[in-house]
Amino acid sequence: MDFLTEFPSLGRRDLSALRQAIDGAFRNFTRAYGEGIEAFFDPLLRFMIWFERLLIHAPWPVVIAVLAGLAWLGSRSWKITAGTVAAFLAIGWLGMWENTMSTLAIISVATFLCIAIGIPIGILMARYNRAQTLITPVLDVMQTIPSFVYLIPVVMLLGIGKVPGLLAVCIYALPPIVRLTNLGIRLVDTEVLEAATAFGASTREKLWGVQIPLALPNIFAGVNQTIMMALSMVVIASMIGVQGLGVPVLRAISNQYLALGLMNGLAIVALAIIFDRVSQTYGKRLQSYKDQGHG
Amino acid sequence: MADDVTEPKIRIRNLYKIFGEDPAAALAQVQAGASKAELLETSNHVLGLRDINLDIPAHGLQVIMGLSGSGKSTLIRHFNRLIDPTAGEILVDGEDVMAMNDTALRDLRRFKMSMVFQKFGLLPHRTVQQNVEYGVHIQGLSDDEAQRRAARWIDRVGLAGFEQHYPGQLSGGMQQRVGLARALATDADILLMDEAFSALDPLIRTDMQTVLLDLQAELQKTIVFITHDLDEALRIGDSIAILRDGEVVQAGDPQAIIMDPADAYITDFIKDINRAKVIRIRSIMVPGPGGGQGAPVRTSQTIEEILGVLHDSPDGVCPVIDKAGKTVGTISMNAVIGALESRKTAEVARYS
Ligand SMILES: Nc1ncnc2c1ncn2[C@@H]1O[C@H](COP(=O)(O)OP(=O)(O)OP(=O)(O)O)[C@@H](O)[C@H]1O
Ligand SMILES: [Mg+2]
Repeated sequence: MDFLTEFPSLGRRDLSALRQAIDGAFRNFTRAYGEGIEAFFDPLLRFMIWFERLLIHAPWPVVIAVLAGLAWLGSRSWKITAGTVAAFLAIGWLGMWENTMSTLAIISVATFLCIAIGIPIGILMARYNRAQTLITPVLDVMQTIPSFVYLIPVVMLLGIGKVPGLLAVCIYALPPIVRLTNLGIRLVDTEVLEAATAFGASTREKLWGVQIPLALPNIFAGVNQTIMMALSMVVIASMIGVQGLGVPVLRAISNQYLALGLMNGLAIVALAIIFDRVSQTYGKRLQSYKDQGHG
Repeated sequence: MADDVTEPKIRIRNLYKIFGEDPAAALAQVQAGASKAELLETSNHVLGLRDINLDIPAHGLQVIMGLSGSGKSTLIRHFNRLIDPTAGEILVDGEDVMAMNDTALRDLRRFKMSMVFQKFGLLPHRTVQQNVEYGVHIQGLSDDEAQRRAARWIDRVGLAGFEQHYPGQLSGGMQQRVGLARALATDADILLMDEAFSALDPLIRTDMQTVLLDLQAELQKTIVFITHDLDEALRIGDSIAILRDGEVVQAGDPQAIIMDPADAYITDFIKDINRAKVIRIRSIMVPGPGGGQGAPVRTSQTIEEILGVLHDSPDGVCPVIDKAGKTVGTISMNAVIGALESRKTAEVARYS
């Protein structure tokens, strides 16, 4: 009867031995390779520090002007540009300038990294069905596993700081760009692709001349999603030593400072809205050839 | 070898195509005589093409016809190897396309053959100008040359003024003109057209056929044209091959097919055509030194075109002259009436 009411689990001693064995093995791995891995990420770390300093120390009107310029280039909309300027002025006026710049720095680097890694992986998946079957479950895991779970090995390996924070953000934010690149390329009209083949286009000419341009709207939706997900990781990243808007939010939670939490939270939301609007209008402009109708 | 006039431009030998998991095994079954339906039932393979043999002469317009699913698209895609055959040979200008490596195959597609598609296959994110330049760019020619050629062909197909439009802004007929200009701009000898005009409405379609015939008179390319429309085939084809279930049922001179259909399938195929419009005098005249009291008619004319002249002839007979004006035979009212009755109706009449 015992067999049915009590799950026949591994004994307590065996279980703890198993866990210890895994922990021990990973610790050994960390001891052996930790420094090497840290050294590998060193240039990235230096770049992040440099970029963050640049944003913080540059005169604020210049930063706002540059951001407004980027918003204009992306969206070609006065409304969005004016909104961007207003949002950053409010952020500065409410004393959140430095933290916002730090967050902006890590989000920019994370997005750039995700694009640089994610698009090639997406192309690979679109190209080979085998790559797709192998990578899709990995993406599923990356998106569903609670962030705290992968923070443990990341912190064990790299300690606390910007690089582990960046890794944590990227693990979470990478999947959408990979998925949408893959999807975008697979959705390209087969007849158009066949036409390119029939005219003797090489694999590369097809990729750059037909598949990527026609997949761009989807790829851009992926970039947009990636930015949003990176922003949503800001608070968690600040738990492992990333400067930025997440830090005051954490402080507000532990001390029950409602206003502080709210203001910094809203600053994150403001960044999200700006990024979202700019990248979405840019994505739309990329497919303007579709909207012109019969001329 | 290329100068040999008797050499066909494209030669297809014993071509088989089977779709499915294990085509090689299914091939044995097909060669042993399994039909398309049997093959599908016993081994779940689709018979695309069976033992196709076809010679396409240079400078001719070869039409390939057949009902939906008969294998027309499959066949034309073998010519530039968008599809690999299960067995058989494809020779273009005497060169074995199956033996080509990637580079040679790409050059074949770039320089020797171009293609026009049923659903146009235009690049939606590029303008008309850029679409027409596409093949020329792939050939590696300069931007200047691409622009020059694109401008010329856009003008030639009657789209001047639309260079900066996107395909989505054009009507179907206009888009297919872009497709045609794109194919012509590469200067390839061979033009493959898979139901190029099927998506167009009848008026625009006739219009495009005229454009194609005018261009062909001037350019003398080798054209392979797929259609399931017999009127279209008869209007433009120098030669017609009719496919059924992946097999060629009859191939050759369009007149011969109308006058002497190979089997019931073809008879059925041609039963609704307007025979007066498509049967030409050369296929029903009596060859000889001439005679008759009517005005002379030409070998290339259709029955419809000469009916008036023949009617005016006192003895109901007219002499027939060829292109050079030489008398080559006679045509009588009786022969015309005989030809207008299709075989089937003639048979019905005989037994009633
Ligand atoms: N990739 C494929 N896999 C399996 N079967 C195929 C494939 N391509 C074509 N077939 C089959 O081969 C046969 C011939 O198809 P094909 O497309 O050549 O016909 P078609 O004559 O061009 O018809 P349509 O007039 O409809 O274009 C059909 O039975 C079709 O189902
Ligand atoms: Mg077809």
